[in-house]
Amino acid sequence: MADRITMEVARYRPEADDAATFERYEVPCGPEWVVLDGLNYVKDRLDGTLSYRWSCRMGICGSCGMTVNGEPRLTCATFLSDYAPGPVRVEPLGNFPVVRDLVVEISDFLEKLGKVKPWLVRRDERPLSEGEYRQTPDELEEYKQFSMCINCMLCYAACPIYGLDPTFIGPAAIALAQRYNLDSRDQGADERLEVLSEHEGIWGCTFVGECTTVCPKHVDPAGAIQRYKLTAALASLKSLVLPRGAGKEEAARNA
Amino acid sequence: MPDRALYTPHHPRWLRHRVSTWWWLGRWSYFAFILRELSSIFIAWFVVFLLLLVRAIGAGDMAYRQFLDWSGRPLVLVVNVVTLLFVLLHAVTWFNLAPKAMVVHVGSKRLPGALIAIANYGAWVVVTGGIAWLLLGGTNG
Repeated sequence: MADRITMEVARYRPEADDAATFERYEVPCGPEWVVLDGLNYVKDRLDGTLSYRWSCRMGICGSCGMTVNGEPRLTCATFLSDYAPGPVRVEPLGNFPVVRDLVVEISDFLEKLGKVKPWLVRRDERPLSEGEYRQTPDELEEYKQFSMCINCMLCYAACPIYGLDPTFIGPAAIALAQRYNLDSRDQGADERLEVLSEHEGIWGCTFVGECTTVCPKHVDPAGAIQRYKLTAALASLKSLVLPRGAGKEEAARNA
Repeated sequence: MPDRALYTPHHPRWLRHRVSTWWWLGRWSYFAFILRELSSIFIAWFVVFLLLLVRAIGAGDMAYRQFLDWSGRPLVLVVNVVTLLFVLLHAVTWFNLAPKAMVVHVGSKRLPGALIAIANYGAWVVVTGGIAWLLLGGTNG
């Protein structure tokens, strides 16, 4: 195996450039070197002006998502040796505006995330003296898969619907809404239904399925969305045949 | 939460990429998605064809024979073969989606998705077999 590999890194300097360009850097390619190591090598030894996000370096923080040879990947979990003999092309995540080099603007995602209330909503808080809200292992299993989301936004980069229609609330926000809807301690499913059942919510999804394919934590956002579509459809049906509000409450319980 | 983050005005030169018209050719899953969307047109054609058949049967023996002659034309045959392929794609897509959308519990345990898919495909085979028997076997008796 070659001990060095060429990285083609997208550069965009907003103060000078009108479009992205690529710069080539030669970096070491050891068996344990990931794409992020290559970028850190460039930053430390070759070109200190390169901008990119990273933090934990172990697939937990979700900061280092970028496009590697056309695929949305966590660069801390993508080995350079898998792309030997190279070159490896590194670009910012797709479907987001680029702030500089490999840094994308993510406030649209954060705004949408807040709308689905990704926290435990309680209508009736128990006093502390009654102790914690307990769950059985089966109740934990109901939402555990969706709780693995690290907000890396690879699913947004892979979703053509989000690229074509940025008002779509997107895969991760819906999966995280389901994470709380399915939590036995939560009572906010009916509030989330208002947001998720809009056209920009679950109905924007046409089940391309790439969000699930690229998810590094195996969250299966596409599955979460299809499941919620069934819930929302049943809620509308029940709201037609049941007394006012009953369908929504039923759906909230069955989310 | 504010409509826009406060630092937005300080980044006036974000680089935005326009989505190419041909984005759906970039990845097999995108192309498959477009084919699935396209399948709805063929599903609509299949419904129209079925309604025409029912109308011809209702209009008497002559109209039914004319319909069969028209259905046997090469162009109609080609369209219907393509339609069959798209209908199968459409059906398989929905059967594969079923285990993702449906969560079935037996007691406190969740049934594996494969079982739900098998049950759906099984029901499909049984119903198709029943209709085939009714149309082909049943009429011979």
